[in-house]
Amino acid sequence: MTNKIKKRKKVSVFAYLVLIAFSVLFLFPITWLILSSFKGYIELFKYPPTLLPESFSPVNYIDAFEKGNWLRYFGNTTIVTVFSTILCVSISVMGGYAFAKYKFKGDNFLFLVFISTLMLPLEVLMIPIFLVIKKVGFYDSLLGLIIPPAATPFGIFLVRQYYLSVPSEYMDSARIDGASEFRIFRSIMLPAGKSVMSCLAIFSALWRWNDYLWPLLVIRNTDKYTVQIALSNFSGQYNVDWQTILAMSVVTMVPMLIVFLIFQKQIINGMSMAGLKE
Amino acid sequence: MVLPNFLIFLVFIIIPFFYGTIISFADWKGIGKINFIGLGNYFELFSDSGFWDSLLRTTKFALCSLPFIIILPLFFAVMLTKNLKGKYIFRTIFYWPSMISYIVVGIAFRFIFGDSTGVINYLLQLFGLPKFSVMTNTTGAFWILILANLWFSTGSTMVIFMSGITNISPTYYEAAEVDGATSRQQFFKITLPLLKPTLFLVLILSLIGLFKAYGMVMQLTSGGPGDATKFVVQNIYDTAFKRFRLGYASAQSLVTTLILAILTILQFKANKGGEVNDK
Repeated sequence: MTNKIKKRKKVSVFAYLVLIAFSVLFLFPITWLILSSFKGYIELFKYPPTLLPESFSPVNYIDAFEKGNWLRYFGNTTIVTVFSTILCVSISVMGGYAFAKYKFKGDNFLFLVFISTLMLPLEVLMIPIFLVIKKVGFYDSLLGLIIPPAATPFGIFLVRQYYLSVPSEYMDSARIDGASEFRIFRSIMLPAGKSVMSCLAIFSALWRWNDYLWPLLVIRNTDKYTVQIALSNFSGQYNVDWQTILAMSVVTMVPMLIVFLIFQKQIINGMSMAGLKE
Repeated sequence: MVLPNFLIFLVFIIIPFFYGTIISFADWKGIGKINFIGLGNYFELFSDSGFWDSLLRTTKFALCSLPFIIILPLFFAVMLTKNLKGKYIFRTIFYWPSMISYIVVGIAFRFIFGDSTGVINYLLQLFGLPKFSVMTNTTGAFWILILANLWFSTGSTMVIFMSGITNISPTYYEAAEVDGATSRQQFFKITLPLLKPTLFLVLILSLIGLFKAYGMVMQLTSGGPGDATKFVVQNIYDTAFKRFRLGYASAQSLVTTLILAILTILQFKANKGGEVNDK
């Protein structure tokens, strides 16, 4: 028995070493990115490279905001993220709640239509989506980044699964007391759905903030760029202004890092429910 | 109540799907008259080596990636569902890359693997190893993409595995412990068989994720060097927006969607077969 325990200990020491080694590898790319963003032009391309910046100077950050229109790009991204998330949560809660609690004509079929598109990558549909966006008049407008992505099947699915677990007896007793259906939704079900709503809000915000595909299809004018599309377009195949690109990459990560550290639990739980990175 | 969601969904997903199907039968530059040519695009597609090459490259990329992007997260998940000190810190470290956008992932890897900026090439040279470059080396670019994809996809896959593992009843492990099973035996005889549905989900999600790789690839290699990492989505995009052949690009989209759907169905079938064999 003692022999066995010893053996188990040994295994776990080895496992620790492996996990620590992987942690270093996983932390490395972003750590290096952050450290490099504080290096000056000469140091950035110095050979051999330095690990820590010689002087932690925010000059790259200041320069980027002064030279480029980055304030605007961050503003656009914030507008898109906030409004699209509000819209996404509202319509998903309504839809998911209806699917979970009401029977209506064709409900199963409709739900199936939503769910089957979970597996359909937007990437392969981008041409006709682009054509529809042009027809609807969303082309080169932030509306095209706010409205279409808000209707995600993931949202409907998440909310429906959640409300299925909320007992319908609450509704029945409220009905006996003479509450209207709207009142039941407003004063009982909506407050009960707080946790799923915050989970969905986090995911929607994350996806919109990081989104590349919709802005690529919708936006043409540089005034309407989001941060991701600006980063991508200003770091062409050759002649990259690394100082700006590195600094602005770090700035885009900061809000997501904060969100992650605060809501880690919800994010990881929500992720395990559907397992999607859009 | 479903209406607002459904309306948006209808206009921006369902209508495009059918619209795309219709114009895939046409020769169209995006403006002017839509000229229907029947199955013409599909005949052309059949002998278009550019399209099939990009599909083949994507498949190769997916097949080379799959073992890594499944085994590594599975290993982490098994480790981090154990009673291990500091497991929350590890979980955070491995998960956090999943929160980073494709573009920044591309920027980060391009920066550390670059020729003039790359710290990795410096380290490799330090140990007397050959250089590994994104811009000039075909094999290098291919494996750097796989590495970058592994780096950001591990966290989310790990979390799915973790929820699968915690759903396995602990009584199995207790019984195995009493019978003196080693942790390796426990993994292969209990965890792995009971994890099959999760494994299947991960397989489908990963495969779709790999086939739609675009943003990160564009940022990291732009499909190069040459066409070495030009995958199927980029091929569709170029056909539509660089060569302005929207009908033909739609036909490519449709065929790709069909292939993905067939793969998913095949996996469903294979998974069901596996369950029957177990009984």
